[in-house]
Amino acid sequence: MLRTWVSLAVLVAGSTGGAFALRRRCERTGRGRRFFRHPTATTGVAVLTFFVLVAVCAPLVAPYDPSAQPDPVGLQNRPPSWLHPFGTDLYSHDVLSRVVYGAQVSLGVGTLAMLVALTLGAVVGAIAGYTGRWIDAVLMRLVDVGIAVPRMFLLLMAVALWSRLPLGTLIVLIGVTGWFGTSRLVRAEVLSLRERPFVDAARALGARSGRVIFGHVLPNAAAPLIVSAALGIGHVMLLEAALSFLGIGVRPPVASWGNMIADGRDLLTIAPWISLVPGLGIAAVVMSLNAVGDALRDALDPREEAT
Amino acid sequence: MTQPGGTAPLLAVRDLKTYFVTGRGGGTARAVDGVSFELYPGETLGIVGESGCGKTVTSLSILRLIPEPPGHIRPGSYIEFDGRNLLTLAPRDLRAIRGNRIAMVFQEPMTSLNPVFTVGDQIAEAAVVHQGLSRGAARARAIDMLRLVGIPDPETRVDDYPHQLSGGMRQRVVIAMALVCRPQILIADEPTTALDVTIQAQILELLERLQAELGMAVMLITHDLGVVAGTADRVVVMYAGQVVETASTAELFAGPRHPYTEGLLASIPRLDRPADRLTSIPGNVPAATHWPAGCRFHPRCPHAWDKCRREEPPLLDAGTPGHTARCWLVVEPQRRRPAP
Repeated sequence: MLRTWVSLAVLVAGSTGGAFALRRRCERTGRGRRFFRHPTATTGVAVLTFFVLVAVCAPLVAPYDPSAQPDPVGLQNRPPSWLHPFGTDLYSHDVLSRVVYGAQVSLGVGTLAMLVALTLGAVVGAIAGYTGRWIDAVLMRLVDVGIAVPRMFLLLMAVALWSRLPLGTLIVLIGVTGWFGTSRLVRAEVLSLRERPFVDAARALGARSGRVIFGHVLPNAAAPLIVSAALGIGHVMLLEAALSFLGIGVRPPVASWGNMIADGRDLLTIAPWISLVPGLGIAAVVMSLNAVGDALRDALDPREEAT
Repeated sequence: MTQPGGTAPLLAVRDLKTYFVTGRGGGTARAVDGVSFELYPGETLGIVGESGCGKTVTSLSILRLIPEPPGHIRPGSYIEFDGRNLLTLAPRDLRAIRGNRIAMVFQEPMTSLNPVFTVGDQIAEAAVVHQGLSRGAARARAIDMLRLVGIPDPETRVDDYPHQLSGGMRQRVVIAMALVCRPQILIADEPTTALDVTIQAQILELLERLQAELGMAVMLITHDLGVVAGTADRVVVMYAGQVVETASTAELFAGPRHPYTEGLLASIPRLDRPADRLTSIPGNVPAATHWPAGCRFHPRCPHAWDKCRREEPPLLDAGTPGHTARCWLVVEPQRRRPAP
C-alpha cells in the first residue's frame, strides 16, 4: 500500500514538474509561447502526462492484481478505505487497481485506433487531393457514404460478426470507421498545397508521384493533422467507453474505464465509487486532450507565424 | 563558349505545340504554337518575350511538367534529347532524365522551396532520388553544393530552413538543388525576376561561373533583354506562342530584323539618350485563344500592310547564317516606314 501512495505522489510531482519545465523551455520559441498562452494548456499537459505515466507504471502503482477477487462475499461494494482507497466493486475487485490497469487499455485503444484512423485518412485524403479527377471523385463519394452511415451502427454490425472481440480487432474497427473526417481535412489541405511551386520543383527533380505526395506535400499538412489527432483521441476514448458500457467493447475480466462504468451502473445508489472513479478519469483525460488540442491549433496556425 | 556549327545540338525542339483547353466554350489556348530551336552543348541560349508569349510553357513542355488536363502537347511535336524523343518517353525513363540530366530552376525562390524541410535535405533530394545516396553522403553533397553556389558557412547553413534565408540565398539554394546531379542542361525560368538588381547580377554571375565549371548548356528564359545581353550566346525571341527571331546575341542587338525585337530593344531605358518617356510597344499580347490572322504581331506593328494581315510569314533567313526572322520586311524591306 505504501508503494502505491509513494509512486502516486512521485507521479503527480513528476508530471506537474515536467509540465512546468516544458513550459519554461518552450517559452523561448514563438510556437511554445502561443501554446502555453492557453490558460488550460499547462494543466492539460500535466494531467495527460500523469495518466500516461500511471498507465506505463501500472504494476508499480496498482496495490493489487486488477482481476483478483479476494473475498467475493465479505469485500463486496466496500466504500473507500485505507486498504482500498477507491473502494471495491461487486466482485470484490479493488477499484483503484482496476482504474490503473484500465488506463492502459483506454489510453492504448484511444491512441492506437487514432493512429489507424489518421494513417488511413492521410493516405486516402492525400491521394484524392493530389491526383484529382475520377480517383478523387470515387474516393470522396466513398467517404460521403462512410460519413452518412452511423458509426455506432457499423461497429454493432461488426460486433455481430465476432462473438468475442479481440482487443486488436476492436482497435482496427474503431480506426477503420473513424478516418472519414480526417481524409476530408487532408484532401482540402493537399488541394491547395499541390498548386505550390515546390511541388513542380519536386517533380522537376525526377521524384515519382508517391514521393511527391508523401515526401513533399503531406508533411506540409502535418499541423492540422496533429490537432485533429489530439482532439480525436478523446473522441475515440469516449467511443470505446460507450462500446464497453454497452458490453460489446472491452470484455471483463480485462478492465477498461468503459466496462468499469458499466459494472457499477446498477449500484450507483449504494456504491457510486465503482462508476464515479473511472468516469472522472475519462472526463479528466478527454478534457485535457481538448485543452491541448485547442492550444496546439493556435500554436501551429501558420497565420500566426511571425517569421 | 561554343558556337553553333559543326557540333550536333544537345536538345532539339521541333514544331512544339502545347495547347490548353479552357473551360466552358472558351476554346483552345494555343500557348505554344509550333516552336522550334536547338540548344548546343555548352552554350547559353536566351529565350526572350513578354508575359504570355509562351516562354514558360515551352520550358515546362521540355520536361513534360504541363498539367494534363487542361494542357496537352500536340502529336507531331518533337523534342530530341540524346537521340530520344522526350515527348514519347515512358514515365520511368522521363524521371531518370528530370533533375538528373536536364534540371530546372524556377522563377520564385520563395515558393519553390518546401517550407518544412531543411535546405540540405532539399538540395540532396535529386541525388538521393537518382543516385541513391545515403544520409551521410547526401549531407556531405549538400554542403559541397552550398559551397559551390557561394553560400558562406555551408556546414551550418545546410540545416537551415528556407524561411531563415534571404531571397538571394534562396535562389542560390534553388540553383544548388538543380545542379546536384551535374545536369547537361539547365533550364532557368526567370531566375532573377523575383530578386533585386544587385542580387540579380550576383546570381547571373554565379550561373555563368557554374556553366564554365560544369560545362553545361543553359536555357535562360527571361523578359529582360539586359539579362540576355550580359549572358547569352544566342537569343530566341518569342511572341504569341511562336519564335519570331533567332540570332546570335551580338547580331540581335546590332541589327534586329523583326519589328517586335526592335520594339523590345527600344523599350530598354538608356543612360546615353535622355528621354522624357520610356518607349513602349503599343497594345498587349493578344489572348492565346484568339491569335490574330496573318502575322500575329500585325495589330501592334508600325509597318504592317495588307499582306501582313492575310498571310503568316515563315521564319525567313535574314542574311547571316543562324539569323532568322518571322517578318515580311525581310523580303520586302522597302515597306519599312521611317521612324516618326
